[in-house]
Amino acid sequence: MEIVHVYTKLRSKFGRQSLFSDRPAELLVDVHTDQSLVHQFIQKTQRDQDLQACRDMSEHQVNTKRFESNSCGLNHEEGGWPKDVNPQEMEQTIRFRKKVEKDENYINSILQLGSVMDHCIRQNNAVDIYPDYCEDQDQEEDHQEPPSAKTINVFRDPNELKRTVTGLSWHPDGGRKLAAAYSCLEFQKTSRDMSPDSYIWDIENPNRPEMTLKPASPLVCLEYNPKDCHTLVGGCYNGQIAYWDTRRGSQPVEVSSVEHSHRDPVYKIIWLQSKTGTDAFSASTDGQVLWWDVRRLSEPTERLALDPSREGNLDRALGAISLDFESTMPTKFMVGTEQGLVVSCNRKAKTPSEKIVCMYDGHQGPVYALQRNPFFPKNFLTVGDWTARIWSEDIKESSIMWTKYQMSYLTDACWSPVRPSVFFTVKMDGMLDVWDILLKQNDPTLSLKVCDEALYSLRLHETGRLVACGSQRGGATLLEINSGLSTLQKNEKSLLAAMFERETKREKILEARQREIRLKERSRSEQSRDEDGGREDQDQNQNQLMVRAEDHFYLITETETKRRRDNQTTGSEDQGQNQNQSQSQDQNQNQSQSQSQDQNQSQNQSQSRDQDPQMLSDQSIDEL
Amino acid sequence: MAETEHAGVEETLKRIEAQKGVIGTIVVNAEGIPIRTTLDNSTTIQYAKLFRLLTMKARSTVRDIDPQNDLTFLRVRSKKHEILVAPEHDFLLIVIQNPCE
Repeated sequence: MEIVHVYTKLRSKFGRQSLFSDRPAELLVDVHTDQSLVHQFIQKTQRDQDLQACRDMSEHQVNTKRFESNSCGLNHEEGGWPKDVNPQEMEQTIRFRKKVEKDENYINSILQLGSVMDHCIRQNNAVDIYPDYCEDQDQEEDHQEPPSAKTINVFRDPNELKRTVTGLSWHPDGGRKLAAAYSCLEFQKTSRDMSPDSYIWDIENPNRPEMTLKPASPLVCLEYNPKDCHTLVGGCYNGQIAYWDTRRGSQPVEVSSVEHSHRDPVYKIIWLQSKTGTDAFSASTDGQVLWWDVRRLSEPTERLALDPSREGNLDRALGAISLDFESTMPTKFMVGTEQGLVVSCNRKAKTPSEKIVCMYDGHQGPVYALQRNPFFPKNFLTVGDWTARIWSEDIKESSIMWTKYQMSYLTDACWSPVRPSVFFTVKMDGMLDVWDILLKQNDPTLSLKVCDEALYSLRLHETGRLVACGSQRGGATLLEINSGLSTLQKNEKSLLAAMFERETKREKILEARQREIRLKERSRSEQSRDEDGGREDQDQNQNQLMVRAEDHFYLITETETKRRRDNQTTGSEDQGQNQNQSQSQDQNQNQSQSQSQDQNQSQNQSQSRDQDPQMLSDQSIDEL
Repeated sequence: MAETEHAGVEETLKRIEAQKGVIGTIVVNAEGIPIRTTLDNSTTIQYAKLFRLLTMKARSTVRDIDPQNDLTFLRVRSKKHEILVAPEHDFLLIVIQNPCE
């Protein structure tokens, strides 16, 4: 039976057709202006006013509260079978299936669907309707992409009192985990309530650290063992070294004894390449570099005091802030010091004095980061004060390339493991700079503000795409850089090698020139000393040179003023000509003298001032 | 008569399975139980469950836009192969084909 709905309405309201008819326009109201009312109004200045017939809108922002989510999966078993059929029983399921197949509905449906499906399948076989049109063009897109990076995650210190992230280390096996060392390096700012814990984070879960490491004293640096992904070694604020095995819990498996450890915070610790895979070495500002075997942390296996006079004297040792070790050169290592020197050392030297091979003086402040280029181990990057410098091992006088002075202090730097010409630096104003020296040497290729506080540490993932940087308030930010900066470009290695060679050669030439000048200087001073006999004569000689130079100077100025005065006073041409001639002669002389002066000055740029007056005085003697 | 019709069904399905490029065929009923399949059990269950849901969603999408309309066919092209789904109100015929040219 059908369902009907009945209602009643007046016929007149039922929608009778309306009949329209035309009517001429008629004036309804006409109000004339009343001039007498003008006095009641004041004319306002004209101004533009926008009118818009729309609703009033207001902007409002909402930030949702952070909620913690936990992922878990469900395991689906076979379901949907009617109650009387046990899905595990083969017989029952087969019987059920056979029953369905006999159903008429089934038969009709399948016949219909079959024809439709057949049609589509044949269509697919006949023509490929999804060809890839842009296959060839894809490869060129990379070049036009501007360099960019985006933040993926921020891992915040869960404690109330935030500490600085001073060390970062990626898990060696694929890098799904990041170990971060937290400590407060500011002078006397550590309070009792500050927790000494450091954490290992899973990069997928920024809400909670995956594991906590509980040392006795806060960790300044932390490293995963590249050979064994379960072990870590960390350097503490009080100078001890601690060794963890993540399978054995949060407490360190072993801690070095206080008497034999460093006396200052351990700033850097690196695992060594050894057969046992248990060797590490650490550096600290107390001036020592200690070698450890993690199986026996009671005593270091070897010690080195960074004494520049090569006597092993600890009192005169330089404080070490950074270390570098390259596995391709296992006997050599480099230490960056607080005094701005980089010391290159050889571990296998016979005598302790030979351990320190050479020193590079570059920075005005502590060398906070030191790393060899993974593709060109002869060149290394240092960061300290406000610049980043690239050095070549052979040139000890100065760095071969350097950035201009930045606006804020650089705290850490790292080469990209995939692109030899790219390196990253972090600064105290919270900026992360990416430098591509093949592209631009003056400015960073990409500059990002990661956070408002200072950044203290930086580490790149082994694939080169992920960057982790740690800030002062305990936030470790994970960024992903775009493929342009993390894929090896063609010819990059050869171009960079050529660039390094060119810069090295330039420095070598400058070094050679300087040495030459110094040699000449020394030989000349020796010569004059021999001639005059005695140091006093040398002084006198210098005084004489000074007097001669002064005389020459006064002579030039006098002739010049005289010429000007003469120009002003005499007007007649004849006299003028003669005088002009003589004046022009004087002028020429003056000009040539001043020119030669300039030339001399430009030739002997940085060097001996003594030579100038000597040469000039020679000339003046000749002329006079 | 049911016999011949049943034979007709068999023939249809066999014809589809024999087509060039067809990797597998699954017939699923309204409850998601695979009635007939040429693939192994676990794969079949996965396909049955997932495509049932997808088809229902697709159908409701089409009908939301225009209530008079209905879903006749669903094609999912992926990198490796193409999955064709023909829905009926009770049953679902899923065919996985590797279109080779």
